[in-house]
Amino acid sequence: MSEPKAAKRLTHLEALEAESIHVIREVAATFDHPVMLYSLGKDSAVMLHLARKAFYPGRLPFPLLHVDTTWKFQDMYAYRDRIAADPDIDLIVHINKEGVAQNVNPFSHGSAVHTDIMKTQALKQALSEHAFDAAFGGARRDEERSRAKERVFSFRDRQHRWDPKNQRPELWNIYNGRVHSGESIRVFPLSNWTELDVWQYIDLEDIEVIPLYLAAERPVVERDGLMVMVDDDRMPLEPGETPEMKRIRFRTLGCYPLTGAVESDATTLPEIIREMLLARSSERQGRAIDKDASASMEQKKQQGYF
Amino acid sequence: MFHADFDAGDFDIGEYLEQHRNKELLRFITCGSVDDGKSTLIGRLLFDTKQVFEDQLAAVGKDSRKYGTTGEAPDLALLVDGLQAEREQGITIDVAYRYFTTEKRKFIIADTPGHEQYTRNMVTGASTADLAIVLIDARHGLQVQTRRHSYLVHMLGIRHVVVAINKMDAVDYDREVFERIRDEYASFANQLGIEDFSCVPVCALNGANVTRDADEMDWYDGPGVLDLLESSPVHEHDLERPMRFPVQYVNRTRSDFRGFCGTLVSGRVAPGDVVVALPSGRRSKVAEIIEYGGAMGSARAGQSITLTLADEIDISRGDVLVHADRLPRVSELFDARVVWMNDRPLLPGRQYNLKLASSEVPATPEAIHHRIDVNTLEHHPAEQLELNEIGYCRIRASRALAFDAYDSSPATGSFILVDRVSNLTVGAGMIVRPVTDQLTDKSSNVTWHAQTVNKRARAQQKAQKSAVLWFTGLSGAGKSTVANALEKALFQRGHHSYLLDGDNVRHGLNRDLGFSDDDRVENIRRIGEVARLMADAGLVVLTAFISPFRADRAMVRELMEDGEFVEIHVDAPLDVCETRDPKGLYAKARAGVIRNFTGIDSPYEPPEDPEIIVDTSKMSVDECVEELLAYLKRRGILIG
Ligand SMILES: Nc1nc2c(ncn2[C@@H]2O[C@H](COP(=O)(O)OP(=O)(O)O)[C@@H](O)[C@H]2O)c(=O)[nH]1
Repeated sequence: MSEPKAAKRLTHLEALEAESIHVIREVAATFDHPVMLYSLGKDSAVMLHLARKAFYPGRLPFPLLHVDTTWKFQDMYAYRDRIAADPDIDLIVHINKEGVAQNVNPFSHGSAVHTDIMKTQALKQALSEHAFDAAFGGARRDEERSRAKERVFSFRDRQHRWDPKNQRPELWNIYNGRVHSGESIRVFPLSNWTELDVWQYIDLEDIEVIPLYLAAERPVVERDGLMVMVDDDRMPLEPGETPEMKRIRFRTLGCYPLTGAVESDATTLPEIIREMLLARSSERQGRAIDKDASASMEQKKQQGYF
Repeated sequence: MFHADFDAGDFDIGEYLEQHRNKELLRFITCGSVDDGKSTLIGRLLFDTKQVFEDQLAAVGKDSRKYGTTGEAPDLALLVDGLQAEREQGITIDVAYRYFTTEKRKFIIADTPGHEQYTRNMVTGASTADLAIVLIDARHGLQVQTRRHSYLVHMLGIRHVVVAINKMDAVDYDREVFERIRDEYASFANQLGIEDFSCVPVCALNGANVTRDADEMDWYDGPGVLDLLESSPVHEHDLERPMRFPVQYVNRTRSDFRGFCGTLVSGRVAPGDVVVALPSGRRSKVAEIIEYGGAMGSARAGQSITLTLADEIDISRGDVLVHADRLPRVSELFDARVVWMNDRPLLPGRQYNLKLASSEVPATPEAIHHRIDVNTLEHHPAEQLELNEIGYCRIRASRALAFDAYDSSPATGSFILVDRVSNLTVGAGMIVRPVTDQLTDKSSNVTWHAQTVNKRARAQQKAQKSAVLWFTGLSGAGKSTVANALEKALFQRGHHSYLLDGDNVRHGLNRDLGFSDDDRVENIRRIGEVARLMADAGLVVLTAFISPFRADRAMVRELMEDGEFVEIHVDAPLDVCETRDPKGLYAKARAGVIRNFTGIDSPYEPPEDPEIIVDTSKMSVDECVEELLAYLKRRGILIG
C-alpha cells in the first residue's frame, strides 16, 4: 500500500469544495428529477463549476433552470448563451408567460409585484411543470440572518413553502431527501461558503463570471438611493434624468432596474476582493427588494421566494 | 487586531489572498443555558473580527431598542438571533450557522439555543463540530446544564472543549471564583473522560479574554478564547485512520467509463491499492483517481473523489471500499446510542429507514437496553424514547451493513433514522458495537439470518400485540361502520390489521354455508380459526358479524391466547337499528320475507361481560373509534 509522504490536511477551500461536491452527488444519487437553479450570478457560476467537477468526466446528470424575468442585464443573456452552448449542459429557460402577457415590469408594477410574478411565481410554475423533486440553489448562510438557520437540504411543501420552525434536523453529512410526491427539497451546496470564499475560489479556479462584476464606464441614473444602469431602451427616464457615464460595477446581479451599482475602480478579481474587504455594507444592500424590513427575506422564503 | 489595517486601507491583497487560501477550517459549537451569554459571545467574536457590516450594525441598533437587553448600546446578541419569530419571542429556536475568519483560520459556529429542545439541537450542531465552547455564568457556577452539555459534547466525540467562565465582571473579576469553578469542572471532566479542556475567565460583554488580553484579570496568563480557537488541532487523526470510502454515486454518464464517486472519510488511497468492497467482499485494485481534467497521485481524508477499479466488479451506492488489512465490521445487528428527535416516541419493534454513510435500509430498534438521563448520567429502564431522550438500543437493519464504532470512525459509525410515513428525521445514532448472536457468529458472513420468527416477533415488528377485536351486535347497530373506521385509524398509525366481515367471508370461505343453526355455528367456527391464524401472523384482526349466541363467541375466545380476544359490543336499541335499517332487512323480516332474523324472530344474546361497549345511538363513529383506540393503547395492544 502506498504511503504518500506528508499529505497535508485540507485547506478551508478544499474542505468547502469537497463538502459541496458531496452534496451535489448525493442529490444526483437519491432524487428522481433534480434541477439546478441557475441565476447566472457568481454563486451560480461556482455551483455549476462544482457540479462539473463532481461528475467529471461525464456530463451533468441534471438540467439547469434559468428563471428569466426578461429584465436581466444584456451581459447576462450573452453569458447564458455561452453556457448553453456547452454540449455537456442542458439549460431550461422559464418565463412566466402570463406575466409577460400582462406586461408586468419593474417600472409600472414596482419591485415587489414584479419580483413576485416574474420570479417567485415563475419559479413555482417551472418547478411544478417539470415535477422537479430537488432544486439546487446557490444561497449562502452568510448572506442574510434568516438564512443562517436554513438546512443544506431544505424541505418545501407542495406549495413550495419553507417552514422555518419545522425543519428536519440535519446531522453529520447525512442528508434526508425523502419526500412525498409533489413535495421537494431545495438544496444549498454553498451553504457554508462566504462571499470572500466565493470570490477567491473564482479567482483560483479561473471561473468565467459576467463582466458586470468588474468596473467599467457604464451609463447610470440615480434613483431612490440606488445607482441604476440604463441597460436597454425599455427604461423610461423621468423628467430631468439623463444617464451619466460612471465607473461602476455590481456586487450582485438581478434585474437591471432593481440592482444598484457601486462606483469602483476594481477591474480584476483581487481588486474586487480588496474592495469587498474594505466595504462597510453587506452585499444585499444593493438589492432594492431587500430594503423593506430586516426580516423581509424570511417572509419571502416562507412564500416560496428563493 | 489583524483586521485593523483594513481601516487604513493599505494592505497587500495578493499577500492577504495567499494567506486566506491556506487557512484551515475549524467548526465549533457554543453551549450554554439561556442567558449565559452565548449570543453575546458570538456577537463579540463576529464584531471584533470585523464580520459585521455597518448596515447590519444599524439594523441591530434599531432592533436593540425594540428587543434588546443592553439599553442604548447595540445588543451584540441580536446580530446572532436570526428569525423574526424567535426574535419576537426573545429566544433562538434552532441551530444557526455563523462564519468568521482571522488571519489563522476560518471558523464555522453552530449556534444552538438553551431551552428544552436543547438536546436535539445541540446534538445536531455538535455532529459536525471539531471543538465546543461550554459557557458557564460565573455567578452561578457549574449547573445541571453544564453537565448535560459536556456529556453530549463528549458523546458526539468532540475532543476539545473550551470552558468559558463568563460574566467575570459581575463577580469583580475575582480569581477565586474562577479557580473554584475551574477545579469543579476538572473533576467532572475527569469523571466523564474529557481529556482536552481549557478553562478561560471571560467577559463576553466587553471582550476580555475573548478577543483581547484582559487587564482586568492580570492574574490569568493563559490563552484567550480566540487564541484557543486558532490553535486547537483539527481533524488530527483522520489521515491515520483506516481508509473508508463509502460509494456515493456511480458515474457512468459516458458509456466507456465507470467511476466510483464519494467522500474519502478517513485514511488515504492511491492507485495500485488493493481494496475490498463491503458488505459484498469483492476485491479489486484502484486503477486511477480522477481529478477534474486529469488524475491524482493519491487522495486523503476529506476529499470528494472519483476512482476507477482494475476489474469489472459489481459495486453500487451503499458499498464501502476499504483496505483489506483494516476492515470495518459487517453485521445487520448492532448496539448504538440513539438520540430521539421527534414528538412521536421511538418504539422498539417499529420500522424506520436507517441512513448510514451512503446506505439506506429499513431497520428496527429491537430493544432499548436503557435510557440515559443526561442530567444525572444515570441509566434507567425504558419502554420507549421520548423527544430529547437518549437510549442505548439494539438495532436490526434489514441487511448487513459495513460500519465502525462511532468513537473510532464517526463518519462510518453514525446514522439517522427517518420515519417511513412522515419522512421526518426522527433519530440520530452512534454505533457502539456490532452484536454477534448464535445465528450471526461470522460478522463477515453477509447472508441474512433472522432471529426466531414467531407471533410476538411478527407483531412487534408492527409495534403491536396480536389481537382479535370481535364486534358483535344487532344488524344495523354499526359494527361494520365502526370496525372500518377503526381499521383506517390503525392503518394511519402504522399498524397492520385485517377486517373480516360478511362481504369477504360469505362469498368465499363460507360460500357453502346457509343460515341454518348448524351452518351459523360452522360459520363462526371458521371465522374464529381464520382469525386465530391471522393473530398468529401478528395482526390486529377485526371481525364484524352479528354473532348472536354467547356460546359461539365463547368458542372463539377459547381458540385465542389469554388476553387476545377483545369482545366489543356495538350496542344500539332495537328500535334505533330498525329505523336505520340500512339494507331493508328489518322490513323484510317484519313482512315475513326472511326468517330467523336476529332481533325479530331469532334472539340476540348480548355479551354479559364484554371487554368494551360502544353505544352508537349515543356516540358518533369518531367517538367510538377514539374510545377503542384509547382502550387498545391501555391494554398494550397498540404500542405508541
Ligand atoms: N455582566 C455581563 N453580562 C453579560 C455578559 N455576557 C452576556 N451578558 C448579558 O447576559 C444576558 C444574556 O446574554 P445572551 O448573550 O443573550 O445569552 P444567551 O441566551 O446565552 O444567548 C444579556 O443581558 C447580556 O447582555 C458578560 O460578560 N457580563
